[in-house]
Parts: sequence; structure tokens; C-alpha cells
Amino acid sequence: MKKKKSNPLSRREFLMICSKALPFTGIFFIPFTADQILFAQKTKEYDPTQHEYAMGINIHKCIGCGRCADACKKENNVPREPYYFRTWVERYIISTDGETYVDSPNGGIDGFPEFKDNLEILRTFFVPKLCNQCANPPCVQVCPVGATFLSRDGVVLVDEKYCVGCRYCIQACPYGARFLHPTKKIADKCTFCYHRLVRGLLPVCVEVCPTQARVFGEVGLQSSPLRRFLRFNDVVVLKPSLNTRPKVYYAGADGEVR
Amino acid sequence: MKAPRIPKQILGLAFIFAIVIAALVVARMLFIPPSFGKYGHYRADAVNEIVAQEINYAGYQACMECHDEIYKPKERSYHKSVSCEACHGPAAKHVEAPDEFVPGAPRERGYCPLCHDYNPSRPTGFPQIITELHNPGKACMTCHNPHNPVLPHTPEECSACHREIANVKRISYHASLPCVRCHTVPEKHMVQPKFVFAQVPVEREFCGECHAEGAPGGPDIPRIDLDTHGERYLCWDCHYPHYPEAR
Repeated sequence: MKKKKSNPLSRREFLMICSKALPFTGIFFIPFTADQILFAQKTKEYDPTQHEYAMGINIHKCIGCGRCADACKKENNVPREPYYFRTWVERYIISTDGETYVDSPNGGIDGFPEFKDNLEILRTFFVPKLCNQCANPPCVQVCPVGATFLSRDGVVLVDEKYCVGCRYCIQACPYGARFLHPTKKIADKCTFCYHRLVRGLLPVCVEVCPTQARVFGEVGLQSSPLRRFLRFNDVVVLKPSLNTRPKVYYAGADGEVR
Repeated sequence: MKAPRIPKQILGLAFIFAIVIAALVVARMLFIPPSFGKYGHYRADAVNEIVAQEINYAGYQACMECHDEIYKPKERSYHKSVSCEACHGPAAKHVEAPDEFVPGAPRERGYCPLCHDYNPSRPTGFPQIITELHNPGKACMTCHNPHNPVLPHTPEECSACHREIANVKRISYHASLPCVRCHTVPEKHMVQPKFVFAQVPVEREFCGECHAEGAPGGPDIPRIDLDTHGERYLCWDCHYPHYPEAR
């Protein structure tokens, strides 16, 4: 062979090699396309960084039917015993002498019996309660094993496998929203029905509320029902002095509600 | 330059330290799950485990897809904001296997009062009843359609309200007589029963239309002589017309 030639390959040779290599070029694209497909699926799926949720509760609309507490138990397999609730309804009765009576028989699931004490009622109303999904959650601060945490979409969750059942978080919660699951022996609490949120469904208490006393939606979306609720109502959070920054907003809450 | 000589005991200590540190590193790798600390001081996989929880409530959109014949009138009714599953219970299984699992419906009288029983704590204006006084014993559905709960139409039968009377009259000799044979019922009585009353007979001669001697009718009807029977008393002073005693 002559080495003087500037082109080591002739055009014909080059094309021949290219045609042989052609089937193998696909190798370079396969992982790329597969990754692209996976990535596309992931974006179509749920991206926690794109969401932040909050709930609004209108006390003027709550009729105390307890359907929220009942549905919550059915959805999340919360024990039916009347001591375990992820959400429950409290009845506030404020008498004319200024005393406040709060009761919640079986979380309100079976209705509220007539208040037996011969009270002169000044005002009375129902207050649905649940985990306030604090942005600064005391339960997360005290967890010694990192089992309870603030997820990226702002929901406080419990890692079932990591929780050791020490109950620090139950003590720390100023809203009494946590309980120790009697069989699993781990801390349990409202998750805003996280498994429903990622499927694009509402939390079940919001779904079944017959008077739409509960409103749920994105904090960051101007068109969300929650933002509308916040625009049209004077809202308070429970125990604001604790600086827990709750994400459950109450409209029409009396000063006695805490 | 000669490197300083490291004492033997230091080397030994360094060796022990190296083993301890290596053991710690290995233990850390073994005991801390790989996803811990990915997004914060927690196990990122725990979120996926929570997400994997099954749903029991399908949501009203799922119901709407098949049952639009119920949903259409309901979305314009007073119950438009009441989700299907609020009364019918969790129905995600029904969405998956419509024939195998059928959600129930609360037809008994105890369910509706969970919302509609009178309770002073309920907001003013919310429709409430005193369950003990409101047509006791009757299922709510006999008068109210839960999917379109307007106030019930005016009752077609007197027994809708006068149930106890209807119950005894049904087994009495007067069973075949309609209420309006003796009572004149103004149309308004159906709408405002507490203000417009039905008329009752006032004189003995009314009963005499059937029971007087020589009155028209079959031979089974007991006859009396109006002039001598019962003196100055009215018929219903002794006989209960809705359940006249046996002969």
C-alpha cells in the first residue's frame, strides 16, 4: 500500500464501513430513548416539588355529621375504637357564664347527643380537627430516629418502618393530632391522604364533607379552591403563638378554639 | 531529611483507630438505608411506601362516569355538594369490579339524622328536624328523594301523616270507606296541615246515612233507630268511627 496518499480510506471503503456499522448505531440511542421514556413517565407522574398543600375549614359550614372522621377511618384503616382518630369533630359549647365545654363523643361519628347539663348556651359550634401539617413541626423536631418528616410537598408523614414508637412526637404535638397505633405500635397521624394526593384525588374528609366545610388545594395556585377560601374568609390558625406555622386554616373560628 | 520516627505504640493505636473507623463506616453502610438523607433527615423510600397505600374512596368523578342518570339531577339539587360516597360508603372496589362489590345505601331511619337531626350547634338555616316527632317509624326515603331532596310533595294518602288512624281503620269494619267519605279535606290541608283543618261530621244524622233504619246499603250494615238509640249522645261519644266495635 502506498502511504503517500492523504486519504487512508477511499470513499468507497468509508461508505462500506459505515453501512456495516449502521446496525450498531442504534446501541447509542437505546439507553438515551429508554431514559427519555422513563423521564417522560416521571414527569407525567407526581412531582412533589411542584406542590404545596393546605386545607381550609369553615366552621360556619360544619354541621357536625362526623362523615369526615368516619370516612378517614375507612380510608386509612384507622382502628374503629373510639380513641384513635386522624381527624375528628369537636363540639364547642360556650355558656353565658363564660365556661367553654368541648366534647367529641367517638369523634362525632355517631352524632352528638343532647348536652345534658342544664346550660344557658351563649354560642355553640362544631370544629373539625386534624393534623395541622405544620411548616415548622414540633413532632419532626423531637423524633429521635428521623421517622417523621416534612415531605417536599409540605405534608408531615411518618415512616412506618423507622418509627420506634417512643411517643415523643405524640407528646410534642400541640394539637393532639397523633396517636400510637394499637397494633403496629407506631405513631400514626393524618397524612392529608397523601396516597390520594399523588393520584390526583382529594383527601377523603374533603371528598365526603357534605357541606364543603373543608376546602383543599394548592397554596401556590391562584385558581385553587384553597386560595379562593383564603381570599374570601378571615382565617386563623390554631395556636399561632407556638410558631408552628400550620397549614390548616380555620374560617369563623371563635377565640375559644384552640 | 530523615522522617521522624513514629513510636511503635502510636502505630498500634493508629491501627486500632483505623479498624474502629472502618467498622463504623461499614456499620453505617449496613444500617443506614441508601435513601436516607436524599431529601432531608428521613428515608426517601418511606414516601413511596406511603404512596403505595390503596385507596378505598374512589371520588365522585369515578361515580359520575357510569351513574350520570343519578348525578345529573343531583348536581342541581340541594345535595349537590354531598359526595356519593358520603352516604354509600367507600366504593373504590366497585369501580374496579362493578358486579362483585356493590356499595350499600343507608335506607334506615338512623342515617339521615346524622346531618338533619336538630342540634343547636349546627349552623342556623341548615335544614333540621326533630327526629322523634317527624313521622316516627317511617323511613326518610318514603317521602324524600336523597338524590334530589326537595320538600316532599303533598301526601297523596292521609296515612302519610295519620298513620295510627289508618292502621286501625285498615283492620276495622270501616276499612273499605275512604277517609273523604266522612271528612271533607280542603286542598290547603295537605300543604298547611296545622292551619287548615279537615272537617269532621258534627251530627248524628251523618252516621245515620248508613246506619239508620231504612238507609240504603247492604244487609251487613248494622241498623239502629236514630230516635231511640243512644238518646242525646253523639255517635262517636260511644263508638270510635275508625274502629267500630264488633257486633
